[in-house]
Amino acid sequence: MVTLLNTVEDPIARNICRDHGDRPEELLEILHGVQHAHGFLSDGALRTITQALNLSRAEVHGVVSFYHDYKREKQADQTIKICRAEACQALGANELITDAEAAFGVKLDKGGHDVGLEAAYCLGNCALSPAVMIDNKLYGRVDIAKLKKLSMKHREGSQSKGVKS
Amino acid sequence: MSVKVYIPRDAAALSMGADEVSKAIAAKCGDAVEIIGNGSRGMLWLEPLVEVETPKGRVAYGPVSVDDIESLLSADFLNGGDHPLGHGVTEDIPYLAKQERLTFARVGLIDRLSLSDYETHGGLAGLRNALEMPPEKIVEVVSDSGLRGRGGAGFPTGIKWRTANAQPQGQKYICANADEGDSGTFADRLLMEGDPFSLIEGMVIGGRAIGADIGYVYIRSEYPHAIKTMRRAINIMEDAGWLGEDIKGSGTNFNLYVRVGAGAYICGEESSMLESLEGKRGQVKVKPPIPAISGMFGKPTIVNNVLTLGSVPFILANGAKAYADFGQGRSKGTQPFQLAGDIKHGGLVEKAFGVTMDELINGFGGGTHTGRPLKAVQAGGPLGGYVKPDGFDVEMGYETLSEAGAMLGHGGLVVYNDTANMLNMARYAMEFCEIESCGKCTPCRIGSVRGKETFDKIAAGENIAENIEVIEDLCDLMEDASLCAMGGLTPMPVRTAMKLFPEEFTGPKAVAE
Repeated sequence: MVTLLNTVEDPIARNICRDHGDRPEELLEILHGVQHAHGFLSDGALRTITQALNLSRAEVHGVVSFYHDYKREKQADQTIKICRAEACQALGANELITDAEAAFGVKLDKGGHDVGLEAAYCLGNCALSPAVMIDNKLYGRVDIAKLKKLSMKHREGSQSKGVKS
Repeated sequence: MSVKVYIPRDAAALSMGADEVSKAIAAKCGDAVEIIGNGSRGMLWLEPLVEVETPKGRVAYGPVSVDDIESLLSADFLNGGDHPLGHGVTEDIPYLAKQERLTFARVGLIDRLSLSDYETHGGLAGLRNALEMPPEKIVEVVSDSGLRGRGGAGFPTGIKWRTANAQPQGQKYICANADEGDSGTFADRLLMEGDPFSLIEGMVIGGRAIGADIGYVYIRSEYPHAIKTMRRAINIMEDAGWLGEDIKGSGTNFNLYVRVGAGAYICGEESSMLESLEGKRGQVKVKPPIPAISGMFGKPTIVNNVLTLGSVPFILANGAKAYADFGQGRSKGTQPFQLAGDIKHGGLVEKAFGVTMDELINGFGGGTHTGRPLKAVQAGGPLGGYVKPDGFDVEMGYETLSEAGAMLGHGGLVVYNDTANMLNMARYAMEFCEIESCGKCTPCRIGSVRGKETFDKIAAGENIAENIEVIEDLCDLMEDASLCAMGGLTPMPVRTAMKLFPEEFTGPKAVAE
């Protein structure tokens, strides 16, 4: 798609860049902000950022593809991050992942519609492993029964929030 | 008067329901209690650990769940009453009483965001001294203390600071490396969530020492609680005049910013972290030049670990000798060790260097959480070596551990029980390197992929002897030719696993067992 110079495709991304003074060194923060607003980084958002920061598309693509946090596609309604680093493996993280894949019908790091499972490499809860994180909330000593409950609780929470707003 | 009740706002405590407990106690007791958000005491198996202030001291109860509150109230816990979850006076719990807490002295003790609490317990004394010293004197004190980098490399902090201090005046930077990616480590997080002012104080001192007026705390995105706490703490310090222009009339200017990583283990490597701070891909840079001469935006930059900077206020407050009196050999001071994995009493233990691994794992840690036999400990994170129980008499120090074929790293110890499959662990080390490699140098980028594939062949029983040789060869190459520790140290867990458990690298039979 051809875009004209100074055509703002994504006003939200444009504003976030402006909040960061259009400074290219704040690219990571800007990408976090845009992803937080949209749930992922669309082509239009990236083109907008590229123009605002006066970077090349290649530079921005290079950064986006380098870091695990940045997503180029729409994510599942709920993403469960399961830690698979050593301390969690020591108390059954791999079994938890297998069980979760069966319970939610999705594969680790392979997307999903309602629930997606994402591998994390250390959530910093290594003395209370296995650890998971949902909506930036950390949990420890998680087994599959607890995980199913947590997933449900967070889904209910986000639904009731949706009704209120 | 209301009773003071301390309930940690630390992420590990919250992960076990501290927030729910706090809300439930507030709802039940109303004005009878004043709930204070502290950090974690580091006894993580007791989280959420609720402490009640009584005339005999703070009395601990844990792990408390919402369902326990009824019975705690019946036992009159607000007056320190006896209860099955009670542990008596917190300070007397042997796990805490036997520690030597210098860097973590205030963590868990104080309201983490109360500057007056911080000052009451010795905070800001180091910075006050430092503001009256010429920068060179600060460098000298830090040098004399023998403080070394707590991130893993163990480089003497004083030398780093001296190098940056010696660069011509102009823009310089100081960065705190809070990209704590090693599995089995969480001390940076505990410190940032439990005593954030101490890190800020250490950074202001460091800034004055090298002449940097801008600082960054680079925190990994997996630590949302730490990010929030640090941002709030910075605002509080700014409002109180401990950050900003002409701090307390000393002529020192220092502004501090939090930057959030984006899920890349390699950004814990300093040159890669600096690239990331510039908004670029976190690729490792060839040294020289070292960052102390040419770092962020080409300016002299100091990168120190959170624990290193967090130890600086103690040193400046109490003198180099007070710190150097702890420790052994060339490993001076104390190290916050972290016990993780299958361990009964997991948490943070700050001890002087020289404590044995056995004392940490079996003494403090109390053996395995599952009760299964202990098979091995991985010391020093995902790039650290395995140690079998017969090697637990090793003293914890930079040199002693490396002589024993392991490493201190960031002070993490991950315990495995007898169900651990060492071939899988060795394969995982290669896989982790594949996932997290920055891709700049070939031994790391491709060696890790080939290593993983070769372990799959060994697991399938394909040409085992030849493939073991391939692994050895790959490990040699990765160790010798990688640009940074990621590729250079991945062979350590691989090799120690193969050396200590050769019987598990003999093909499908071992896997089936």
